[in-house]
Amino acid sequence: MTEAVENTGAHGQEPSRRDFIYIATGGALAVGGAFTIWPFIDQMNPAADTLALASTEVNIAELEEGQEITVIYRERPHFVRRRTAAEVEAARDVNIAALPDRDARNFNLGDGAPATDENRSAMTAEIAEGVEIEDALRASLLVTSANCTHLGCVPTEGAGDYGAWFCPCHGSHYDTSGRIRRGPAPENLSVPVMTFTSASVLRLG
Amino acid sequence: MSGPSTYEPKTGFTKWLDARLPIVRLGWDSFVDFPTPRNLNYWYTFGGILTVCLMIQIITGIVLAMHYVPHIDHAFASVQRIDRDVNYGWLIRSIHAVGASMFFLAVYMHIFRGLYYGSYKAPRELLWILGVVIYLLMMAAAFLGYVLPWGQMSYWGAMVITNLLGAFPLVGGPITEWLWGGFSVGNATLNRFFSLHYLIPFLIAGVVGLHIWALHVPGNNNPTGIEVKSNRDTLPFHPYYTSKDGFAIVLFMVIFAFFVFYWPDALGHSDNFIPADPLVTPALIVPEWYLLPFYAILRAVPDKLGGVLLMFGAIGILFVLPWLDTSKVRSMRYRPLARWFFGFFIVACLGLGWAGAELPDTPVPGLGAIGVDFLLLGRVLTIYYFAYFLVILPILGFVEKPSERPASIEESVLGSKSKPAPAAVPAE
Repeated sequence: MTEAVENTGAHGQEPSRRDFIYIATGGALAVGGAFTIWPFIDQMNPAADTLALASTEVNIAELEEGQEITVIYRERPHFVRRRTAAEVEAARDVNIAALPDRDARNFNLGDGAPATDENRSAMTAEIAEGVEIEDALRASLLVTSANCTHLGCVPTEGAGDYGAWFCPCHGSHYDTSGRIRRGPAPENLSVPVMTFTSASVLRLG
Repeated sequence: MSGPSTYEPKTGFTKWLDARLPIVRLGWDSFVDFPTPRNLNYWYTFGGILTVCLMIQIITGIVLAMHYVPHIDHAFASVQRIDRDVNYGWLIRSIHAVGASMFFLAVYMHIFRGLYYGSYKAPRELLWILGVVIYLLMMAAAFLGYVLPWGQMSYWGAMVITNLLGAFPLVGGPITEWLWGGFSVGNATLNRFFSLHYLIPFLIAGVVGLHIWALHVPGNNNPTGIEVKSNRDTLPFHPYYTSKDGFAIVLFMVIFAFFVFYWPDALGHSDNFIPADPLVTPALIVPEWYLLPFYAILRAVPDKLGGVLLMFGAIGILFVLPWLDTSKVRSMRYRPLARWFFGFFIVACLGLGWAGAELPDTPVPGLGAIGVDFLLLGRVLTIYYFAYFLVILPILGFVEKPSERPASIEESVLGSKSKPAPAAVPAE
């Protein structure tokens, strides 16, 4: 194309109208092509109705101490665990500096928060106006994603070196705070955005 | 080798057609009169076998799509219905499922044959690369197809493989969500996987066309690795190789039919008879047998991204193989050292498959006493796999002394002219 312009057109004159049409057509084709491709790529992203399924309410009133339930939030399983005092104690009694992943991975806090047990538990959940809830209950509640951060398998409850979760697929061990301690998984189990909407309901998302 | 066409239309209609669309001429020059080295052995029949495999998969697949329902609530039941209620559904689904394994069995034979006889070397580099593209497409099609019955292995296989892409920094998360069409593997994923599973075989057919085109420019390699020098080195493709390929296809179909009729589920995993459950992961997730070596390479690396890169690298390295092998001699028949390393390479590939099928912490039978578990075995064999391409083949070309080669293909088959009563060359 540049050659045609420098050679000043077909008849040794200035750039001709044909050169202009040639370049303009090519340019329109490239830009138009890019605009046409985008809808065909973007159609594969989560659709509006999928994105709308963005919150799940969990009834925590019937959750006994030491009990764990699995709920589906955003199509993915999540652990909701009311930990015993001993489990909370074990989770707090950990040297953060020695953890494989020192980030809390808590969507209530954002990046960079240290992976202390307080930063991982429901202590970080928002509390709706007028709702009263005990600190001890908030500290004992742990909600995390139930998909191993390695390749997405569901870890087994009550197994592994730390008595909390063990992923059978490739051998990742998580502690009672859902933090990765040993194995190939790179990150702690993530904590979703949470709000106590009443004394007995915890909303995820 | 593609010389002037020898096709001569005889009837009025073929003359009329030939002047407008010379399609009969193309077929004649490609598959009837095509000059083919006279010494091809049975390892060279897998190209024809693979063509048959592709046709079987496409035909049975089109039929299955008439009965399959790509929805997470109905997929599992619709596959059971095909097996139990649809007329001959049990047969057609069994052919399709067993056919996938047979396809890979044949393609591995085809690939190892190419590796042994140096079929990837100049001037056949592009032919080889197109073959690797077909292999990649086959793996994609097989993975997507395995997800469709929506059993436990389907679901968790899809989960693990799509999560592999999440290993890439920054783009990993958005790409997996884009691939899923949701927050996890779900209905949107199943739908698009079905669509792509239907598409890929036709892409394969297209690349197979290019593969054959690229084959017919330089012509076949052969067990001696010596180029065709005269007409006496070749035979017309028909009837010599149509019948040889045909005989091999019949034998292959005997094995195929044995699995279809007597052992249809032997090559699958029993967990896939449990409907997909996003809440429970099976105790042991393994891919189909033909992907196990790559799974072992993935697990050999303790780092997530490193494992993913190494696994893709194991396939990617095949693309540059033509430039890694520095030897001037094509066929390993005349490469005394390379043959040994090639033998070990086959053992390493089989061993990787074994390691991929077992839990990493399990001790290797017979070697457990000295502390060898399948993770360590996988690591050692992974190192050999890459060393074969990156170290052994590049160096061997300089240090190896090849043995004497025959002067021509004709001589290798019929003996040299100085010896009037030639002894037969041992069959491969």
